[in-house]
Amino acid sequence: MSNLLLLIPIALFLGLLGLGAFLWSLRSGQFDDMEGAANRILFDDDDEALAHKSKKLKKNDS
Amino acid sequence: MSQSALCRHCQEPVTAASPAGPDFCCSGCAGAYELLGELGLSSYYKRRAIDPKIRALRPDEEPVGSLDFTELTSTDNEGTHHLNLMVDGIHCAACVWLIETLLQRNEAVIRARVNMTTRRLRLSWQGDKSDIGAIVAPVLQMGYRLIPFDPAALEQATVSRNKELLRCLAVAGFAAGNVMLLSVSVWAGYFQGMGGATRDLFHWLSALIALPAAAYAGMPFYRSAIGAIRNRRVNMDVPISLGVILALGMSLAQTIRSEPHAYFDSAITLLFFLLIGRYLDGRARGQARSAAEHLLSLNARSITVIDDDGTRRLIAPHKAEPGMVVLAAAGERIGIDGEVIDGQSDIDTSVITGESIPVLTRPGKTVFAGTTNISAPLRIRVTATGGNTLLSEIVRLMENAEQGRAKYVAIADRVAKSYAPVVHFLSLATFAGWWLIGGLPWQDALMNAIAVLIITCPCALALAVPVVQVIATGRLLRAGILVKSATALERLTKITGIIFDKTGTLTTGKPELVSQTDPDALELAAQIAANSNHPLSRALVRAAGNVTPYPNVTEQPGLGLTAQGPSGPVLLGSRTFCNIAENADLPSDITGPELWLAEPGKSPARFVFRDTPRNDADSVIETLRARGFDMTLLSGDRSSTVRQLAETLGLRDWHARMSPTDKAAFVQARADHGKHDLMVGDGINDAPALACAHASMSPATAAEISQNAADIVFQGDRLGAVIEAIDVARKADRLVRQNFALSFAYNLITIPLAVSGFVTPLIAAIAMSSSSLIVIANALRLHAKSSKPDDHGFKVHPQTSQQAGA
Repeated sequence: MSNLLLLIPIALFLGLLGLGAFLWSLRSGQFDDMEGAANRILFDDDDEALAHKSKKLKKNDS
Repeated sequence: MSQSALCRHCQEPVTAASPAGPDFCCSGCAGAYELLGELGLSSYYKRRAIDPKIRALRPDEEPVGSLDFTELTSTDNEGTHHLNLMVDGIHCAACVWLIETLLQRNEAVIRARVNMTTRRLRLSWQGDKSDIGAIVAPVLQMGYRLIPFDPAALEQATVSRNKELLRCLAVAGFAAGNVMLLSVSVWAGYFQGMGGATRDLFHWLSALIALPAAAYAGMPFYRSAIGAIRNRRVNMDVPISLGVILALGMSLAQTIRSEPHAYFDSAITLLFFLLIGRYLDGRARGQARSAAEHLLSLNARSITVIDDDGTRRLIAPHKAEPGMVVLAAAGERIGIDGEVIDGQSDIDTSVITGESIPVLTRPGKTVFAGTTNISAPLRIRVTATGGNTLLSEIVRLMENAEQGRAKYVAIADRVAKSYAPVVHFLSLATFAGWWLIGGLPWQDALMNAIAVLIITCPCALALAVPVVQVIATGRLLRAGILVKSATALERLTKITGIIFDKTGTLTTGKPELVSQTDPDALELAAQIAANSNHPLSRALVRAAGNVTPYPNVTEQPGLGLTAQGPSGPVLLGSRTFCNIAENADLPSDITGPELWLAEPGKSPARFVFRDTPRNDADSVIETLRARGFDMTLLSGDRSSTVRQLAETLGLRDWHARMSPTDKAAFVQARADHGKHDLMVGDGINDAPALACAHASMSPATAAEISQNAADIVFQGDRLGAVIEAIDVARKADRLVRQNFALSFAYNLITIPLAVSGFVTPLIAAIAMSSSSLIVIANALRLHAKSSKPDDHGFKVHPQTSQQAGA
């Protein structure tokens, strides 16, 4: 029975992790635009000028 | 329709008068095409899928660079500016991609993200606040319109409420899953001899999960229950809250005393299922409403004011003041009441009067908000604003009528109202019975009373209506029918009579050529007409089929077109414009709006038009009549025109020359006689009648006010949507009633068990889950039935059809 003492907390912890992830994604607006997200993947960023800029921006951010 | 080439940018037909040659309809489109080529973004044209319902992507002729975007710009403390814009003209995902790419090309822009669902753009940039004009210029040049808005003002309570429900749902789901896991072990333990200490450990663990989760996830119910009690009423949330709190409290007490009766799982699954019902309910309503509201917010757009110094700015129509000068571009809806001071054009007044043929306007004439300017730009001096406009007069009528409808109580609420007291009484009686008569200690009597509360807590009852509604509205949404009001489907099932508006509802609102004429004359007339946007010209071109536009044609708005023929000027227009004497009438019994073609040396040709019924109007009316609906035609148009249509469609009951007030009064009078009518209409003049009627529908082409007033808005050209909506409403109603019957049957079995004290935590949990699942399964049958092919040939939702075609 002592294995329960280990397994139950682990199970709860993992469950809480999932719940936390869901609540976080809800808060960060990932469910706001389901339609756009589904289509966005179809357009690749083949834009040279943009790729250059986003690299530069990332550098600024870090 | 391939009368002439389509513009490469906006895909609209190119007229011969186009300054930008055979490929483009206007220089704006040519410029946009060229700009995309220069930027290397021409792949946009391959990627996009045009949605015919959305305004064509034609750039505005007037330069819009001087619009004031800075007013609603906010700046954070890092010097980054943020602006929220509504985007008009998004057809598909490629538009989203194009707008984002165009904006992000600009060095100053940090972030530009378009939300495709809400058609809103959030833009962040660094540098000067006033740079915004230059930043958005390429997007405007493409033909998109950007309207700044304040997100706080638009943030609806429903959106945040739904988010809260979703959070509660997540928490309750997590807790219900885990507690159930522990409970299953405990139940298994009954049979396999689990030790008391282990069981207590599991109960404590359950309490640890369930108590905080229920405290959080139950908030929506507790709040509503407290609100109800404060108002000295009882709603369904009172027994729910009471049941959950008592069950948890009792279980905790049992756990502390290491006794076996813990209801943690029942309490938390009850919350979980109820939250599912609430969330679905809110979402179905919110979705349709937000779609409709979005349509409205874009249409009820700002108006362009020209200041004394000549600068233009966009303001909201309600901010206009008498004396201001407003510019109404060709093709634009006029936002205010006013007097024309410059320009001559045709005005489509069908939304107000119901007449399908545009009227001529020139300086000195009055125009009304809601009408559409067709041929040429107009400058209008505002004469009335706010509460004085014709429009707001109609809105007032409509609001008065709507108050009556708000009293309608949804079936779920009616059931809950009578059910809640019964629940309270039963559990109280159980407690009193066991304690006073049965002689049990009060703790055990309370246990039984709580079991009654939990068992009767109408899990299935709370799911019965929302699940059916979600499926029904979802099914209608896919057929292009938006259900805006929560009780619309319910009210639709009570309908015995249907009242139709004429122009734009039974008819297409577009005139069609009906007279037989000499094909040569028609060909020539169509060639000349190809240069004009007037509805009659367009009808001529449609009738003639493939024509090449005639060169060198000039248009005099409201009168006609003049072409330079080989033997002198050729005139196409009204009888007076073509100088034809009144007595030169050709023998014809067809009446209606007409055009004349006068060629030098030939006898004039006459073209007669009529606003033709929608393609399926005939069959729809026939079907509805066969089903015993009592149908009436109400129109603001002339008697002759209305009679003609009524006879064509076989409608015996028709009324012409009805003002908006007459229409509303007519509907109200019928309602007062106890009739339940469905009003179908599209004009502003129908709005009060739409609001008066028991239920109402509007096509998506309707004036925004009418769409606002209507319960249901349908897209596409087919009137068959009316039948579809009634069918689905009736099916949904049947399922709701079946679901109620199922829940009551379940209660009939379980309540005696609970009152007599036989319900254990295991039975409570099983009974609750199974009844909910049965109700959901029953509601899903609405879905299954819809899988047969559309027997009315309804238009599929444009997006699905496009994706399938792409």
